[in-house]
Amino acid sequence: MSNPTNLQYTEEHEWLLVEGDQATVGITAYAAEKLGDVVYVELPKVGAAITAGTVVGEIESTKSVGELYAPATGTVTEVNDAVVSSPELVNDDPFGAGWLIKISISDAPALLDAAAYTALTGE
Amino acid sequence: MSDTPRYSPLHAVHESLGASFTDFAGFMMPVRYDSDLAEHHAVRTAAGIFDISHMAEISVTGPDAGVFLDYALAGKLSAINIGQAKYSLLLNDAGGIIDDLVVYRVGEQHWLVVANAGNRFQAVDALNHRTTGFDVSVKDESDATALIAVQGPNALDIVQHAVGLELAADAATRPEPTLDALKYYWSLPATYLGNPMLIGRTGYTGEDGFELYVDVQHAAQLWNALMIAGESRGLVPTGLACRDTLRLEAGMPLYGHELDLTTAPAQAGLGKVVALSKEGDFVGRAATEKGTPADARVLVGLVGEGKRAARADYEVYSGDVAVGMVTSGALSPTLEYPVAMAYVDPTVSDLGTVVDVDIRGTRLPYTVTALPFYSRKKN
Repeated sequence: MSNPTNLQYTEEHEWLLVEGDQATVGITAYAAEKLGDVVYVELPKVGAAITAGTVVGEIESTKSVGELYAPATGTVTEVNDAVVSSPELVNDDPFGAGWLIKISISDAPALLDAAAYTALTGE
Repeated sequence: MSDTPRYSPLHAVHESLGASFTDFAGFMMPVRYDSDLAEHHAVRTAAGIFDISHMAEISVTGPDAGVFLDYALAGKLSAINIGQAKYSLLLNDAGGIIDDLVVYRVGEQHWLVVANAGNRFQAVDALNHRTTGFDVSVKDESDATALIAVQGPNALDIVQHAVGLELAADAATRPEPTLDALKYYWSLPATYLGNPMLIGRTGYTGEDGFELYVDVQHAAQLWNALMIAGESRGLVPTGLACRDTLRLEAGMPLYGHELDLTTAPAQAGLGKVVALSKEGDFVGRAATEKGTPADARVLVGLVGEGKRAARADYEVYSGDVAVGMVTSGALSPTLEYPVAMAYVDPTVSDLGTVVDVDIRGTRLPYTVTALPFYSRKKN
């Protein structure tokens, strides 16, 4: 799956759809593929303050555990309850229905564009 | 061992099927073709086909082959019938486990020892080292042998319909061999396109199934013949990821997780695999007879609630006291709750005991449960 050019990316394999100071966050198709079938997702609570680069959630497959890193500093404004009850959405539609959290950004580090992220994963 | 990855004789087949690969004991092997969960369920409900050519095959032949194996291994292999297979252990002098094995008797003076890929050279070295005084030959045939497993309730039907595969009749002992009549942990010689091979009714999934030992030159053709036979019978290619969750549900140990050099068979619940009643000495006998300390940890099954899986190397607690360590764990695809195997202190090993597993900083209750977690319904 190619990486959508309207998104920004982190080296930890998250994607962000940034709209003003709001962003929707998920993990990339590359990350979902590496994890295998996702069977459990733990997300931060709405209202939680998050700091860029820290672990804020977990994404478990049958085989392994992936960590969700905060891609920016800010506040969680919404979590995707659908993905908590149906974790397979992360595999089925990582850039769409498998989104994880929405955040209000107070400070964002430099992010990668699709070309740079694609180069990073070598795919 | 070199760092250059090794490839199965079926590598090109896996690539054409779109497999993702993982390094397993130096081999690039299929971890999944599509979905771990779908592959797992296919084996439980229909059938899966695994390439496990990385496994090691060691031929033991000669007039003393049987008594040699009785000395070199923990079981009494001389006592099994031609065609029969037996799960066994290769112990060291201290009673620790060098490898766990499946041993097939394939002739009057011929046994086939199947070892884990990661322990191939240790197993070959140990066997060779133990041949002193025996008229026996130990030959590592791993590089020439491919191994394909077909596992699941439809496995029999599929293997029976593989074109080119013929069971080898023998006028005296098996005039009309059938796979149908082949019992679990028995094997039959066969041919594929006229080339000798071996079919064992063995496996590592907790389902009915077969393991097919074939020369590497014919492995891809045999794989394709099985795939064609399986097309209308729900067969899907299955990778090592689901093999691990399948064997975990079936309570089967994995070397390097539940078994290692410092673990005594009795701790792993494998005390009966060590044939202390057999005559004569064998490697590991004295240490096994001495026994393990009363407080030695023992292997138990653990079952949790919710969806958070205890995984290998997570600590087990009773109150604030560390009482054990998880060796394997996953959210069971079949049972839909977390299952794990762990070594725990005997004080908390009774069935029904509730312990806590530290799951990345959160302690969650798990209940000690009998193994296996899953057993297929027998006909």
